[in-house]
Amino acid sequence: MHASFPILSALILLPILGAVLITIVSNKHLEIVKLIAMLFSVGVGGMSIWLLASFHSHESGFQYVSQHDWVTSWGISWHLGVDGVSLFLVVLTGILFPLVILGVDPHHDHKRYLAWLLLLEAGVMGSFLSLDLFLFFIFFEIVLVPMYFLIGGWGYDKRVYAATKFFLYTMLGSAFMLVGIIATAVIARHDIGYLTFDLVTLAEHASFATNTGRWLFVSFAIAFAVKVPIFPLHTWLPDAHTQAPTGGSVILAGVLLKMGTYGFLRFGLYLFPAAAVWAKPVLLTLAVIGIIYGAIAATMQADLKRLVAYSSVAHLGFIVLGIFAITSQSLTGSVMQMVNHGISTGALFLMVGMIYERRHTRQIAELRGIQSVAPIFSAAFMIVMLSSIGVPGLNGFAGEFLILIGSFQSARWWTIVAATGVILAALYLLWAYQRVFHGEPDEANSSFAEMTLREGALIMVFIGLIGFTGVYPKPMLERIEPSVDKLVEHVVSHSNYKAPTTPNIVVEPHGDKAGE
Amino acid sequence: MVIAATLDGPSIPWVELIPILSLLAGTCFLLIVGSLVPTWPRRGYAWVTGISTTVAIVANAVKWNNLYYNKGETFFADAIAIDRFSVLASITICLAVILGALMMSAYLARMNADGPELYALLLTAAIGALVMVSANDLIVLFLGLETLSLSLYLLAASNRDREQSQESGLKYFILGGFSSAFFLYGVALIFGSTGSTKISGIGEALSGNISLINADAMLLVGIGMLLVGLGFKVSAAPFHVWTPDVYEGAPTPVTAFMASAGKVAAFAALMRVLLVGLEQRVDDWRPVVWALAILTVFTGSILAVVQTNVKRMLAYSSISHAGFILVGLEAAGHMRGDGVASSMNYLAIYTVLVMGSFAIVLAMSGNTDGDTNLSDFKGLAKRRPALALAFTVLLFAQAGVPLTAGFVAKFAVIKSAVEANSYVLAVAAMVAAVIGAYLYLRIAVSMWLEEPESDSEITIDPAVVIVIAIAVVATLIVGFFPELLLHATRLARFAPR
Repeated sequence: MHASFPILSALILLPILGAVLITIVSNKHLEIVKLIAMLFSVGVGGMSIWLLASFHSHESGFQYVSQHDWVTSWGISWHLGVDGVSLFLVVLTGILFPLVILGVDPHHDHKRYLAWLLLLEAGVMGSFLSLDLFLFFIFFEIVLVPMYFLIGGWGYDKRVYAATKFFLYTMLGSAFMLVGIIATAVIARHDIGYLTFDLVTLAEHASFATNTGRWLFVSFAIAFAVKVPIFPLHTWLPDAHTQAPTGGSVILAGVLLKMGTYGFLRFGLYLFPAAAVWAKPVLLTLAVIGIIYGAIAATMQADLKRLVAYSSVAHLGFIVLGIFAITSQSLTGSVMQMVNHGISTGALFLMVGMIYERRHTRQIAELRGIQSVAPIFSAAFMIVMLSSIGVPGLNGFAGEFLILIGSFQSARWWTIVAATGVILAALYLLWAYQRVFHGEPDEANSSFAEMTLREGALIMVFIGLIGFTGVYPKPMLERIEPSVDKLVEHVVSHSNYKAPTTPNIVVEPHGDKAGE
Repeated sequence: MVIAATLDGPSIPWVELIPILSLLAGTCFLLIVGSLVPTWPRRGYAWVTGISTTVAIVANAVKWNNLYYNKGETFFADAIAIDRFSVLASITICLAVILGALMMSAYLARMNADGPELYALLLTAAIGALVMVSANDLIVLFLGLETLSLSLYLLAASNRDREQSQESGLKYFILGGFSSAFFLYGVALIFGSTGSTKISGIGEALSGNISLINADAMLLVGIGMLLVGLGFKVSAAPFHVWTPDVYEGAPTPVTAFMASAGKVAAFAALMRVLLVGLEQRVDDWRPVVWALAILTVFTGSILAVVQTNVKRMLAYSSISHAGFILVGLEAAGHMRGDGVASSMNYLAIYTVLVMGSFAIVLAMSGNTDGDTNLSDFKGLAKRRPALALAFTVLLFAQAGVPLTAGFVAKFAVIKSAVEANSYVLAVAAMVAAVIGAYLYLRIAVSMWLEEPESDSEITIDPAVVIVIAIAVVATLIVGFFPELLLHATRLARFAPR
């Protein structure tokens, strides 16, 4: 059915090859190291875009499937595949990494930094592409190692503390998931007849007793909730984001957090539909608390980077709301918002990094009047910020609107409270903008340098993506929707949940609205 | 004449004894020729040790192959059981001897104290360990245990210039003697209640129709005593207290050998006693093992966190590993899943990890044996990047990071626990593993993220390089392709009664 070239395996293995090559090259040849990193990351990015272009839209199943035996005695296979849910996350990963590698310089030790980044890319790609629980767990867990070293080695003053906290927190979550994964496979053996960790086989052929399913779901949910992070398991995030180097923050916010929300979709809803419906009220409530709490906490921050970090808690709350509202629109919105958040928050972290490069501070109180000395920089920041707020015409709106409209049908009161989060987002971001960019620059800020060509080119890519998906989300929607619809059907047929019956109108009216 | 006729001993199948005899020959050669010929070529003693151990490994490998069609049998009037379980454990122990001898040669070269004695003791310790893993009689088991322990006491105290080494040996000797007494008392009580010291005989007595009149309490106390004695040897909490001091004080190669081969032997003996001899009493001992496992994983990982000496850290982490093996043993107690296989798997992988880790400690400790503070590792990545990378691989493997052998080991154990429905144990062990991971991260932080304090040259003996390389390569190979090892450990079964 597809080209024989194993593109998904290549997406994972190429970055590893790049990292190995970088490790081999001597420290003295910095240019070669950079060239290798660039070639491999751009190559992977190009392949992911090719994947996007040749992906069959309107198809709900997994495409480009590649399956090989690995540990046969445990029923573990190298099983990869991509569908509408994972496609755009793969593309986002493919795009974000070369941008970070080309656009952000670490301050020392390029060689190791780039090697870790490429390994990280392999791990993230693997997490999004795995269709085997064991394989997924390996990638999910292995991602911690490069991220740990990136934060710890190239971060700011409290980096070791933040890196360790990040590592242990996430590992603790995964500890429960590992037991859950094994238990899932072992228990499902009764239904299937043999031991297998294959996601599709398990989801389609195994059925779990009510309580068993709930326990298993909880064990997965803890790991994903830490990763997302869902309130009250979010406390590692502000530290990790703030202390990470700019490139690390962009990746962390852009794709790593999505591994949690993606996990909920791919493994939570798909494997344990009945339990997910059972846990729905709790997760919806936590999501809404996260939205409000994240927004209020962001408002109170004195550090610009910490503010953006807390805004992530709020945004991810929306995504979780959309996931557990379990309607076609809300899920589509959530998948879209995962990508949108990656783009806009990634760009915000980049620009905060640029501010830090110039002023060596991120304290809002010490920044003032930047607009009058660096108008282009300020304009770019404004656009990115508006996208994060969710202003119509930009990408943030498309996703958030879909989430809210979808959630309203099945989780009305939660959605009403969540909608106020949109206002709060405007509050904290605009207020921060006002304090940092408006007014008269004092002495320290009056020498704030305007955006360089390289920075401008980097941000233009982000702004281009923001504008395109904001104005024309249709190509995205028609690839996401079939898979999401299938997932909702799966949940409905495997639980007592009844999805609200609304005509499938997502694509058309929304395309009009966003185009205004 | 009449007496001699009635004392007809059992027939001796010498072929089955080749591994032990080979080690014994090595020992004798080292001691006799060593005292007759004063100057040996460089590393000559290590070569003799290595060759005799290699012969033992080859003999065991041949046995492994021959056992293809039967499940093993017992010899010497049922005193020794040769089955795939004992053969696999023997091979693991012999590998530990070879790696230990390599480290020993580096250590002795640095101390300028090359001599045959320590190698001979290493070999006698290995003989004791081999007897333990195949003992099918509690008395024979005790003989093996004592042969192993006495050699280890001497090895631990072998550094005459270092007070800590003396202390280590003495401490180990006194506490070890105490635990041996427990063990022996347990043997006596079990013999009293079942009428047999043969492990398979005990199993028959307990499953047969022979009624145990009023002997139940005696049996239970006996089981308890046995668990205390062997629990001490595997350093299960709360019998672990000797471990950090002894591990820290003993010369590093000895520590590595104690932590690997000693543990393999003790666990193999424990498994055979519990699973073959006391199979019928599984409901009595399983809860005890359950409690020991939980206590051990948490004690090991929590106490490891506050240490500053790397050797002590590794000592505590070895306690927590013992807890994981107990998790596998508890699962085996349910007679479901592959509890035995997963424990064997853990032991084999753990042997390699612990050898590699202590080899790095040996490389780092310079002339101050054992005085390896965490601060000595600061900035190692800048001074010796390859060494730092190797240690990182081994540490992350011990933490159970995927794609390393350590993950395979943990996964197998947790899987068998889950199959046995021991969910609480599985979750507790994983949580403890996360706590333990902090320890490994601390070492990694020192190496990669801190500035070096001294820039003195680190010279690494080629023998140590070999040990580290073997450990790292094996860790990664098993991490990526676990199938072969899993297959082998799945075949590790006990001989039928």
